[in-house]
Amino acid sequence: MEPAFVRWLLIAVAVIFLGSFLLLPLGVVFGTAFEKGLRFYFASLREPDALAAIKLTLLAAGIAVPMNLVFGVAAAWVIGKFDFVGKSMLITLIDLPFSVSPVVSGLIYVLLFGLQGFLGPWLIAHNIRIIFAVPGIVLATIFVTFPFVARELLPMVQAQGNDEEEAALTLGSSGWQTFFRVTLPNVKWALVYGVILCNARAMGEFGAVSVVSGHIRGLTNTMPLHIEILYNDYQFVAAFAVASLLALLALLTLVVKSIVEWQAKQQLAEQATASEETRQ
Amino acid sequence: MKVRFKQRSIIPGFGLALGFTLLYLCLIVLIPLSATFLKTSTLTWHQFVRIATAPRAVASYRLSFGGSLIGALINLFFGVLVAWVLVRYEFPLKRLLDSLVDLPFALPTAVAGIALTTIYAPNGWLGHPFAALGIRTAYSQLGVVIAMTFIGLPFVVRTVQPVLEDLDKELEEAAASLGAGRWQTFRRVLLPSILPAALTGFTLAFARAVGEYGSVIFIAGNMPMKTEITPLLIITKLQEYDYSGATALAVVMLIASFLMLLAVNIVQKWSARQRQLDDPRADSATKPPNPAPLLVAEGGR
Repeated sequence: MEPAFVRWLLIAVAVIFLGSFLLLPLGVVFGTAFEKGLRFYFASLREPDALAAIKLTLLAAGIAVPMNLVFGVAAAWVIGKFDFVGKSMLITLIDLPFSVSPVVSGLIYVLLFGLQGFLGPWLIAHNIRIIFAVPGIVLATIFVTFPFVARELLPMVQAQGNDEEEAALTLGSSGWQTFFRVTLPNVKWALVYGVILCNARAMGEFGAVSVVSGHIRGLTNTMPLHIEILYNDYQFVAAFAVASLLALLALLTLVVKSIVEWQAKQQLAEQATASEETRQ
Repeated sequence: MKVRFKQRSIIPGFGLALGFTLLYLCLIVLIPLSATFLKTSTLTWHQFVRIATAPRAVASYRLSFGGSLIGALINLFFGVLVAWVLVRYEFPLKRLLDSLVDLPFALPTAVAGIALTTIYAPNGWLGHPFAALGIRTAYSQLGVVIAMTFIGLPFVVRTVQPVLEDLDKELEEAAASLGAGRWQTFRRVLLPSILPAALTGFTLAFARAVGEYGSVIFIAGNMPMKTEITPLLIITKLQEYDYSGATALAVVMLIASFLMLLAVNIVQKWSARQRQLDDPRADSATKPPNPAPLLVAEGGR
């Protein structure tokens, strides 16, 4: 064991490093947000453009998260329970948004639906606006967040194996019954966590949405974009007020993560002791 | 022997689930991506090279890739240190700091961007003392490195932590009983075991920082040729309706992302092989699977 002096030196360095990179930003966000008092804080949030941004953020997340939830479950089912040609290709495709810059993620939609894009002329002819309008924002949000639920569910589904489902099927349950009553309860914590992450990312997405949005105040600005506008307008306190909402969401995400990890550990420990008992 | 597309199974729902998954992927990923490559094909090779190697573009690569490299190196060193401290020692607030390590994943990048800029601005909490020393933190390349360090912080810590936790104390005790000093033991017994994981984390942190936009543009200063990152240059070209230029740069970034993904896969395979060699007794079947670490999940970019 290292000498106490070395130990405390390392701890000090680690704490200073983590403190300056993690605690300081949090402190700045909440400190500046409330600098001008509670009244100003709530007034900034009630301002029409801010409210519109909050609504748009909620709308985009409200569409993206459920759709990605269904996708995630389907993908985890197909990849986790079956063996087929092209499986790793599928996994790579699902991982794609993680490796692509968010600006590029937005760009690919502009290239498809934008004025000079491939479908541009057709969309103009039919008076449909996707880029620089809400549908584009929703699409970009879906793209950058669709892997989350799948990625969280997959290891759990794979670890569970097929035994319980096969047992249920031999006992006469239908496919859907098996899914809802056997599979889902086993992976519920991973599912919850995946949804929370997906939601946090959907609400916080900046780069991709920045590219496809028209930055039209009150119409096509999400919360992160609105924060940018406020900040560039030197309205720092208002910017941090809106930012504090997203920061709270981030902290909530971290709390849920701790709960989920704890629950998952408990669940697996229970299963381990249960299978030991049946073996004895 | 006939090769089947899918192994026999009594589990239902293959067709439905696969069909839906593929449809979704096609609509959301494949078709837009192919639009990008089709657009690039409207450029001749010479045009593409000209745009991709323009001085302003090259300056932005240097900043985006160089800054990410430095940030990832900083995270490599401090990440291993933090992981060591979190696994091996006890101290007040340890659990709080441990959970907070994931903050850069969960926090939206715009929020991180304005927070970091406020801290490191000339009149900020940390910017002020540095300014007194004559060092410019915000609106400089140093600011970009700071933001990229923030973004990559959790990667090395979270890849090294599990390895440190699983490390067999026997090896250290054997080394100590054979007369090795503490630093010797660390350097020759422990470090090789955690190196693969640390490198995986390094590559992930690097890849993430290269494409980063939101956290960086506030603190960067965004002066062309000096403090302009590649994603910003792409957006600038889009705003000028230079779609071909923007696409060319995007393809450069896509190729870089692909290469980095490849690098991560290779390092991970090597790392997995190393773990097998180090501990063939390790029975992964009895180990509870890590509930998909927050590592792969990132807060808004």
